[in-house]
Amino acid sequence: MASQARQRRTPAAGSKAADGDDVSVAADVTAAGNSTSPSGAPSSTPAGDNSKKQTDGPVTANGHASTSGEPADGGAPGQASDSKTSKASADERAAAPAAPSARQLTQYYRDMLLVRRFEERAARAYTEALIGGYCHLNLGEEAAVIGLMAALKPTDYLFTNYREHGYALMRGIDPNKVMAELYGRVDGVSKGWGGSMHMFDITHRLLGGYGIVGGQLPLATGAALAIDYRETGDVVMCTMGDGTAAIGAFHESLNIAALWNLPVVFVVINNHLGMGTTVEHSSAEPELWKRGAAYRMAAARVDGWDPVAVYQAATVAIETARSGRPYLLEVITERLKGHSVVDPAKYRSAEENERLKAADPLHLYAEKLIADEIFDELDIAEIEREVAATVADAAAFAANSPSPSVETLFDYTYASPVPNDSRRLPGQALFPQAPLPDTSGSVTP
Amino acid sequence: MSIMTYRQALHDTLRAEMLRDDSVLLMGEEIGVFEGSYKITAGLLGEFGPKRVRDTPIAEEGFTGAAVGAAMLGLRPVVEIMTINFSLLALDQIVNHAAKIYGMFGGQCKVPLVIRTPGGGGQQLGATHSQNIELYYAFVPGMKVVAPSTPADAKALLLAAIRDDDPVLFLENLALYNTKGDVPDENIPAQIGKAAITRPGRDLTLIGYSRMAHVAAEVAQQLASTEGIDIEVIDLRSLRPLDRETIVESVRKTHAAVVLEDDWLTYGIGAEVAATISDGAFDYLDAPVRRVAMAEVPMPYAKPLETAALPSRYDVITAIRQTLAAVGYRTGASAARVSTVGASQ
Repeated sequence: MASQARQRRTPAAGSKAADGDDVSVAADVTAAGNSTSPSGAPSSTPAGDNSKKQTDGPVTANGHASTSGEPADGGAPGQASDSKTSKASADERAAAPAAPSARQLTQYYRDMLLVRRFEERAARAYTEALIGGYCHLNLGEEAAVIGLMAALKPTDYLFTNYREHGYALMRGIDPNKVMAELYGRVDGVSKGWGGSMHMFDITHRLLGGYGIVGGQLPLATGAALAIDYRETGDVVMCTMGDGTAAIGAFHESLNIAALWNLPVVFVVINNHLGMGTTVEHSSAEPELWKRGAAYRMAAARVDGWDPVAVYQAATVAIETARSGRPYLLEVITERLKGHSVVDPAKYRSAEENERLKAADPLHLYAEKLIADEIFDELDIAEIEREVAATVADAAAFAANSPSPSVETLFDYTYASPVPNDSRRLPGQALFPQAPLPDTSGSVTP
Repeated sequence: MSIMTYRQALHDTLRAEMLRDDSVLLMGEEIGVFEGSYKITAGLLGEFGPKRVRDTPIAEEGFTGAAVGAAMLGLRPVVEIMTINFSLLALDQIVNHAAKIYGMFGGQCKVPLVIRTPGGGGQQLGATHSQNIELYYAFVPGMKVVAPSTPADAKALLLAAIRDDDPVLFLENLALYNTKGDVPDENIPAQIGKAAITRPGRDLTLIGYSRMAHVAAEVAQQLASTEGIDIEVIDLRSLRPLDRETIVESVRKTHAAVVLEDDWLTYGIGAEVAATISDGAFDYLDAPVRRVAMAEVPMPYAKPLETAALPSRYDVITAIRQTLAAVGYRTGASAARVSTVGASQ
């Protein structure tokens, strides 16, 4: 299998809570024989030995997070983990997720392709000045998005960050509405008020993309608090980038979630770069999943170029959360392009760019499905046609949707009516009709 | 009608709203077992249990943000931030999230959140614990900021804040907790965004909120009884929205205004009030609008320095006298009383 030759960059280290408690143990998660992991870039741990270790003995063929009986190795950058991985289940409360059917595997591909083509269309529209502001794409992260979203129930909630178009699509929101939001049109999912970074759809329980790094973590924790308060049995998933692990809200939120046993899954999408800063330059513990141990929170790391592995790891995480214990899942992936559409990613070497171009998770996944005789080239071509039509329709819909009327400018400052609300355009006086005083007599008493 | 303290009014209102609506819950540092740093929540943990009276870790950003998230799903959290100084730790969640979520997502999600927090200096708490930074929140569209000065308003505005569908910063004041006043027995919410004329008058409009509304009322009473000056007092009650109409209508009648504030002068609440008067009553003014505010220094610990930095009754009376003197100068034909007042300073 093509991917087996690739070096892995996800370490196999599992760690046990320092005090021996059973609550904070997990390890690398991958689906058996399905590795499409990115490789070669500066890595939190060198990959050579781990690669063999993992492909020889897949830790979690059934999707269980696995534990190590060894103490934590510290995970210092540049040092290989010597910890052996164990096949023992970290969390017996979470049932093993069923292997996806052939139909589901094909659907994953279709979904990955939709995200890919949608993002490519968005990038084009951005260069055509049809999209304004910032525009962060999920290119390279399709498998992570698809695996995570496939594991959520429609009634579960998602909070995410500004790199969110794929998440909006995979929550089931009409691509037309997602593209219309990028275009700032009235039919957009946030009526043109949010743009690329701020999509929201209560019916699909997308509780927002958020533009401030880390801002969504306390919110997601609070949503989980409300679920716990009402005992509805739902779960909140909160995704973030690797850079978010350095912000205070990360610590405060994970601490509160663990203290209060809230049903929330924190997902770090580790694409190794916060804008141009590597994980090693922003986190003293670059194996970000290990931070779960500080909160006695179950945690795991998974290969984010493998949608099945992500789906299975996310399922374990979600069901753990549903049982009342928060979870930290780190998804190792790559960003194929720059931080946003306008970023040429000059901080990457030519070799790095070549490697990324060659190691496209979409192609690797297609190769894998072809090899497994799930589908063939003809099916791929048909899917490509369908997806192309969907994306073209979305762009046409967005282009034809009207801009919001200026008359609506003051409609959404407050949810409840309020006297003396300020509703004036920049050039308007506070008191345009201020009467002049009566100057016929004295103006003082 | 009952006579009770500002503290008791807050406590009783929280309790009544928790009994009325099970979506109301309290969150904050030391509000449960410790019964609140200022004992507003005394006894509520015992009555309602830890699910509804939630002691939080010292993590203002985390628990305030969690309250925002809970509000997004329909709960009505009432957060206590121990003092307004500590709200700076939660600034991102309040300004970038609570105040933005309704608009940023096109009106799809309400945030019915109350943040109770006291301001106030004068307790020798030093620079980081003596600030009055309600302005930071009053500056932000999407926020509502209310500042009750009496036990009756503490009740009526807290009822309104809890029942409101927007995030409300509810400004209390350390110096007001023990003040007493009449409080209606009925649970009738105030209308957020409305100021109150607490004393009608003809000679000058004196404007304040929170603690300074008390100072205004006391000074007006003193000058009326000792010198016959007839001052109209406005208690703003709401800083955002600001009741501009009530302010300018009063000044169109009195032709002079002094604004009192416990925050710093430059860019302060008083500046906004003065600008409002300029816009809505410019042609009625017989004197420049004066502002009396805290000295612009990090609050010192030493008592004489602290006292000097805080606006006093004397400062207020001085500003009033000078303003009335200016009125006399401009109008010429003013009553002898005005020149007397001006000369007496």
